[in-house]
Amino acid sequence: MSVELYVVQFLTGLANAASLFLVACGLSLIFGVTRIVNFAHGAFYMLGAYLAYSLTIRWQTPVGFWLALLVAAAIVAVLGAVIEILLLRRLYRAPELLQLLATFGLTLMAEDAVRLIWGPEDLVGPRAAGLSGAMTVLGRPMPVYDFVLILLGPAVLGLLWLLLHRSRWGLLIRAATEDRDMVGALGVNQTWLFTGVFALGVFLAAFGGGLQIPRDAVSHVMDLSIITEVFVVVVIGGLGSLTGAFLAAIIVAELNAFGILILPGISLVLTFLIMALVLVLRPFGLLGKPLAQSRTLSHRIHGAWQPLGGVGRSAALAILICAALLPLVLGEYGLGVASEVLIAVIFAASLQFLMSVAGLDSFGHAAGLGLGAYGAALSVQHFGLSMEAALLIGPLASALFAAIAGWFCVRLSSIYFAMLTLAFAQIVWSIAFQWVEVTGGDNGIVGVWPSAWASGATAYYWLTLGCTTAVVLLTRHLTFSPFGYALRALRDSPLRAAAIGISRQPVQHAAFVISAFLAGLAGVLFAFLKGSVFPDTLGIGTSVDGLIMVLLGGFGTVSGSVAGAIVYKMASIWLISNTDFPRLILGGLIVLLVLVFPLGIVGTLQQALAGRLLAGNASVRGRT
Amino acid sequence: MTRLSTLAALLLGLSTTSQSLAADIKIGEINSYSGLPAFTEPYRKGWQMAVDEINAAGGIRGDTLVVISRDDNGKPGDAITAANELVAREGVVMLTGSFFSNVGLALGDFARQKKVFYLAGEPLTDAMVWSKGNDYTFRLRPSNYVQAAMLAEEAAKLPAKRWATIAPNYEYGQSAVAVFKELLKKARPDVEFVGEQWPPQGKIDAGSVAQAVEATKPDAILNVTFGADLVKLVREGTTRGLFRDRAVVSFLTGEPEYLDPLQADAPQGWIVTGYPWYGIDTPAHKAFLDAYKARYNDYPRLGSIVGYALVKSAAAILTKAKSTDTADLIAAARGIAVDTPFGPITFRAADHQSTLGAFVGKTAVRDGKGVMVDFTYRSGNDVLPAEADAAKLRP
Repeated sequence: MSVELYVVQFLTGLANAASLFLVACGLSLIFGVTRIVNFAHGAFYMLGAYLAYSLTIRWQTPVGFWLALLVAAAIVAVLGAVIEILLLRRLYRAPELLQLLATFGLTLMAEDAVRLIWGPEDLVGPRAAGLSGAMTVLGRPMPVYDFVLILLGPAVLGLLWLLLHRSRWGLLIRAATEDRDMVGALGVNQTWLFTGVFALGVFLAAFGGGLQIPRDAVSHVMDLSIITEVFVVVVIGGLGSLTGAFLAAIIVAELNAFGILILPGISLVLTFLIMALVLVLRPFGLLGKPLAQSRTLSHRIHGAWQPLGGVGRSAALAILICAALLPLVLGEYGLGVASEVLIAVIFAASLQFLMSVAGLDSFGHAAGLGLGAYGAALSVQHFGLSMEAALLIGPLASALFAAIAGWFCVRLSSIYFAMLTLAFAQIVWSIAFQWVEVTGGDNGIVGVWPSAWASGATAYYWLTLGCTTAVVLLTRHLTFSPFGYALRALRDSPLRAAAIGISRQPVQHAAFVISAFLAGLAGVLFAFLKGSVFPDTLGIGTSVDGLIMVLLGGFGTVSGSVAGAIVYKMASIWLISNTDFPRLILGGLIVLLVLVFPLGIVGTLQQALAGRLLAGNASVRGRT
Repeated sequence: MTRLSTLAALLLGLSTTSQSLAADIKIGEINSYSGLPAFTEPYRKGWQMAVDEINAAGGIRGDTLVVISRDDNGKPGDAITAANELVAREGVVMLTGSFFSNVGLALGDFARQKKVFYLAGEPLTDAMVWSKGNDYTFRLRPSNYVQAAMLAEEAAKLPAKRWATIAPNYEYGQSAVAVFKELLKKARPDVEFVGEQWPPQGKIDAGSVAQAVEATKPDAILNVTFGADLVKLVREGTTRGLFRDRAVVSFLTGEPEYLDPLQADAPQGWIVTGYPWYGIDTPAHKAFLDAYKARYNDYPRLGSIVGYALVKSAAAILTKAKSTDTADLIAAARGIAVDTPFGPITFRAADHQSTLGAFVGKTAVRDGKGVMVDFTYRSGNDVLPAEADAAKLRP
C-alpha cells in the first residue's frame, strides 16, 4: 500500500465527514437550545433529498443544481417550522422524551408519505452539473464533487460560527443553550427562538439530504440509515457543540475510511465502538459540557407514588382474572397475539422500572431482550437444554451482560447514559449479526419451540400470563421497597440522596441488572413463541418499541407501560395485518396520542381522576 | 376499566373469523409489502394476475382460488404472527411468499413445527432447501448457489486471475461470495482472491470501498451489492476509474428492480444475472408480457415473474393434490412440472428446489437506460447439483 492511497483515502474520508457534519450540526443545534431529541431529523434529511431530486431533474444546470438544493431545503424548513408550531410547541413542558416519541411518529409518517408521493422505487438524481468529473490526486482519480463537500463542511461550520457569535440572534441561541430559563426570565421570546432554531436545524438536514443526490439513491429508508449515525456523531462531539460535531464527524469518517483497509467487516459496528470508547473516557463527549438541568421541566407532576389501594387492587385482580379466562373466547391465533402482547408488557415493564423508577433512560433495552432470546436459543440448540432451563439461562445471560455494561453506563447521566446503552446494544447486535458460526448471523436460529406441555396456544398463553403477572408485581414491589425509595431519591435529587448516604452507582447498577434480567425473560418467551431468534430482536427498532410503550403508557407512572404495551402492540399488529400503509397510520396515531395524552394513557387518566377528586373533596389537597 | 374494555374489544375483534364461501380454496401469502415496495408492488401485480387467470380458467378443479395476503414488516417475528393468523384464523391450506432469507427460514421452520405446506418465493439462501431444508418447505427462485454457479461459469472464461469481492455484510453476501469463490477455484485453480470488502447493507461508504478495492489491483471484481448501495458503488467506482479495464461480475444487477434506477449511470459490460423482459421472445414469455402490459400499463419486473410463477405453482400443486391435506400437497409438489413465463420448471423431489433459472448476460446502456445484452437463459437444471447429491445436503 502506498502513500498515495492513504492521501486519497483521507480525502474521501473528509468528504464523508462533511456530509455527516452537515446533517449532524442541525441536530446538535436543535438539541442544544430546545432539548428536543429530534428523531425526525433523518426524515427531514430524506424529505430534503426527495424534493431536491424532483427539482434537480428539472433544473440541470450548474446554478440550477444548487438552487434546487436551497429551494428544497427551504421548503422542508418551512414544513419543520409548521410542525414545531403545531406539535412540538405543545410538548416543551411535557416529559423530555415525549418529543422523541412525537418525532418518531413523524418519521413513520414520512416514510409512507414519500412512498405515496414519489413511488416505491429508488430514485437516482442527476450528478451535479459541471462537477460530475474526476480530479487526479497523486495519480488517482477522485470525484470533483468530493472536493466541493470537503470545502462545504468547514464553510458551513464557519457560517454557523459567525451567526452564533456575531449576531444578536446567535447570542440568544448561545444563551439559551447555556441556560434557557434565564433567557426566558430576561424577557426573550423563547417561543420564536425555538421555532427559528428548529427551522434552521431542519434546513441544514434537508440541505444535507439534497447534497447526497449526486452520490446516493433516494429511497424511503434513507432516514433510518442516517439518523443513528448522526446521533452518534453529535454525542461523540458533545451535545450542543458544533465544533465537537465537526471533529466527531471527521474522526468517525476517517476511522471508517481507514478501518476498511485493515478489517473490511468493521464498518458495521465501528461508529458505536468509537462512541462507547469516547463516552467511557469522556462522559460528556469530546467537547461537550455537563447538561444544565432545566428548572422549569418538572417530569413528575404528581405527588409521590402510592401503592394501589383496595379499589385498585380489586380492579387489578379483576383484570387478571379476565385475562386468565381469555382462552375461553380466543382461538389459537388470538391467543398467539395475546401472548405476544403480554411479552411486550414484560419488556415495557422492565424498561419502565429502569426509566420511571430509576430515572435511567435506556436506548439499548433491546440488548436485554435479545440476549435473553439468544441465551435461550443457544442453550436449546447447542446444549440441548429444555425450555424450563432456558427460561432461567436467558435472563441470566442478559443480567450478566448488564452487570458488565452497566458498570460503565451508570457512570454517565441523562442522554449520554442513553447513548452508551445504545452503543452496547449495537455492539451486541453486531456480534449476533457477524458471528455466523454460533448465532447463524442474519439467518438466525430456528427450531426453538416450547416443551410439549407448553406447546399448545392456551398453555403457552398461561405461562406468559404467569410470567407477566410476576414481573409486574415484582417491579411494583421493588418500587415501593426501600430499594425503590433509594432509586427514586437518586432520580429526583442526587445531591440530597448523597447527603443521606445513598451511593448512586451501586444502587443504579443493581436496578440496571434487574431490569435487564426481566427483559431477558421477555426475550426467552419471545423466542419460544416464534420458534426462532434473529438479530432484529437486538436491533434499534426493538429498543425504540420499548421506549414508545413506556411513553405511551405514562412515563411518570409506576405501571402505565402495561397499558402502553397493550395498546401499541395490538395497534401495530392490527395495522400491519389490515392496511397497506401501516406506518402512516401508526405514526399519525402516535402523534395524536402524544397531543391528547401528553402524560401517557395512564398518566392522563390518573390526572383526570385526581382532578375530579380534588374538585369533590377539598381535604385531598393536603396530600398533593 | 378502560384498559380492560379496550383489551377485550380488540381481542374479540381478533377472534372473529371472516366469512368465506364454501367453494373457496384459500392460500396465505406473506411478504414485506410496507418495507420493500420496490419489489413487492410488481410482485403483487404478478400474483394477482395469476389468480385471475386461474379463476377465469375454472379455478382449482372448479373451486375458486383465493389468496389472502399479509405484510411481515420485514421481520421474521411479525411473519410468524401473520402465518399464525393465516393458518389458525383464516384456515389457509398453504403458506406462500416472503422476500428476506431470514423470514423465509422462520416461515420454513414454522411450517415444519405446525405441519403446514410452505412454498417460498424469493428468499435466496441455500439453507432454505439444504442445510435447514424440511419436508414442508419448497422454494421457487433460483438460489444463491444457482446464481453463483452461473456467474462463476462465466467468470472462469475470463482471463482474469486476481479477483476482489464487494458484498453486503450479511448472510446473503457472505454465502454468495463463498459459493462463487469455491466454484471459481474449482474451475480455475490459478485464480486468487486478493481483496474483499464487506460494507454494511444500505450503508456502503462507496468512495472508500472503491479506493480500497482499487488498491488491491485486481483483474476482476465480484459485486454482490444491490439497491441503493449499488447506485453509490457504480457512481463512485466509475468516477474513480475502478471499473476501467476490469471485468465485473455482479449478482442480480440485471434485474429491472436494480438496473432501472441507475438509468444512464448503468454500468456497461458487467456480467450479470437478471431479467431482460424487453428481449425474451419465447411464446410463454410473450403471452405473459402482453397480458401484464395490457392489464397494468407498465412493464414487469422480476418481482412480477416471481409473484406470477409462485401462484401458478401453488395452483398446479393444489390441482394435482388428492386433497388439501398437507401430506397430499407435499406428495403432489414433489417433482411437479409447472409452466412459467421462463418456460417449464419442476420442483425437484429430492431437495424441493424448483428448476427456475435466470438470464445471464452483459449490461449495456441503450437510449439512456441500462439493459442486458447477449443474454442466455440458464435453467436451474444446468447448474444445480444432482438430486442425489443435493439430498445429502439436507438434514
